[in-house]
Amino acid sequence: MAKITFVEHDGTEHVLEGEDGMTVMELAIKNSVPGIDADCGGACACATCHVYVREDWTDKVGKAVEMEEDMLDFAFDVRDNSRLSCQIKLSDAIDGLTVDLPEKQF
Amino acid sequence: MAQQAIETDVVIIGAGPVGLFAVFELGLLDMKAHLIDILDKPGGQCAELYPEKPIYDIPGMPEVSGQQLTDQLMEQAAPFDPKFHFNRMVTGLEKKADGSWQVTTDEDEVFTCKVVVIAAGGGSFQPKKPPVPGIEAFEQGNSSDGTGVHYAVRKMEAFRDKDILISGGGDSALDWVLNLQPIAKSMTLVHRRDEFRAAPDSVNKMRALVASGDVNLHIGQITELHGENGALTGASLKPKEGDPIVLPCTSFLPFFGLTMKLGPIADWGLNLNENLIEVDTEKFATDQDGIYAVGDINTYPGKLKLILSGFHEVALMAHDAFKRVHPDQKLTFQYTTSSTSLQKKLGVQ
Repeated sequence: MAKITFVEHDGTEHVLEGEDGMTVMELAIKNSVPGIDADCGGACACATCHVYVREDWTDKVGKAVEMEEDMLDFAFDVRDNSRLSCQIKLSDAIDGLTVDLPEKQF
Repeated sequence: MAQQAIETDVVIIGAGPVGLFAVFELGLLDMKAHLIDILDKPGGQCAELYPEKPIYDIPGMPEVSGQQLTDQLMEQAAPFDPKFHFNRMVTGLEKKADGSWQVTTDEDEVFTCKVVVIAAGGGSFQPKKPPVPGIEAFEQGNSSDGTGVHYAVRKMEAFRDKDILISGGGDSALDWVLNLQPIAKSMTLVHRRDEFRAAPDSVNKMRALVASGDVNLHIGQITELHGENGALTGASLKPKEGDPIVLPCTSFLPFFGLTMKLGPIADWGLNLNENLIEVDTEKFATDQDGIYAVGDINTYPGKLKLILSGFHEVALMAHDAFKRVHPDQKLTFQYTTSSTSLQKKLGVQ
């Protein structure tokens, strides 16, 4: 189990818990978190589940792999801590993670 | 001015996998179809978002790429001679006094038909706009002189002798850097990182033009556009390293891919549920007589957004649509394996 906090662009917080193995994107979609669109359903093909990983978590969550970096080219306002939430899997290692949501997913 | 109406049995909105298979199912029951799609090619998301990614849940195909599936569906639909209208968005849907439907596009085409099948997936693909405040002020719509912001190149000649700024790292961005550089007054490319996902050959050609001084390459993001009364004069660049600078330009071409928007479908008076069209599960009909919705765009209890669900939906839809298109004929259920009349339609020798 991992507890994840989603912070919308307007500051609204959503604290959610999910089973290991599901993705941060799936957790958000399952709980209807506004600001995560996930148009392609998790195929790493659309860049509409873009999140910013809080600075103190970037090492634990890790960097985007090449395919994900390629997709991030399509995301809105990409920063150094940008990730696609469909590519982050829940595990004990990221229990307590906070991600900020961009202004929009295009 | 509206052109002369095209008459057909069925208009299918969306030429993705489900729209293409609808051609087949309708064709078996002697209904002809025209398809309208905003993309420049068939296949919808399969062809636009993931042409090379394998799909593993198409029955009978353990592994197939988005493009292969599209090609196979095109082959399967071919005997029924579907007519495609690409690069168009359906803008209007209107019921006529005799119960038929009139479909209009943003290219001013008019179709009249007895049945409309909405197979629009996640909506229509539209270019993504980069996060630059006030960018709309420089989008001059049909500006044919090539200045301002453009999300596509319709006429290369419009960009002759312009100071062009292109943003992006994929094939569209690099193709246009290479194609427009010879006629441009100056060519600048901006990308957020020094890696390009475009074809390696294009990347090499671009790097050679940068080395020879014919293309200016900057790594960073465009944050602001400058100019007055919609006339673009420059763009602010926030480089990956160092202080912001202003890049002079008269034309800005951002290539950030496409996004899906529901678009005009929302205005057609159909029963919507969270941007999806409500249908029954017997005929996949909407609340409007003669309009059906199939594939990812529809919703009903238990709906799964899978290509295979769409395939099932079009078969049932076609059997109901038959009654509207051929009200005086009796429909007998037949199998393609045994029916010589179906095989004849398919061109089986």
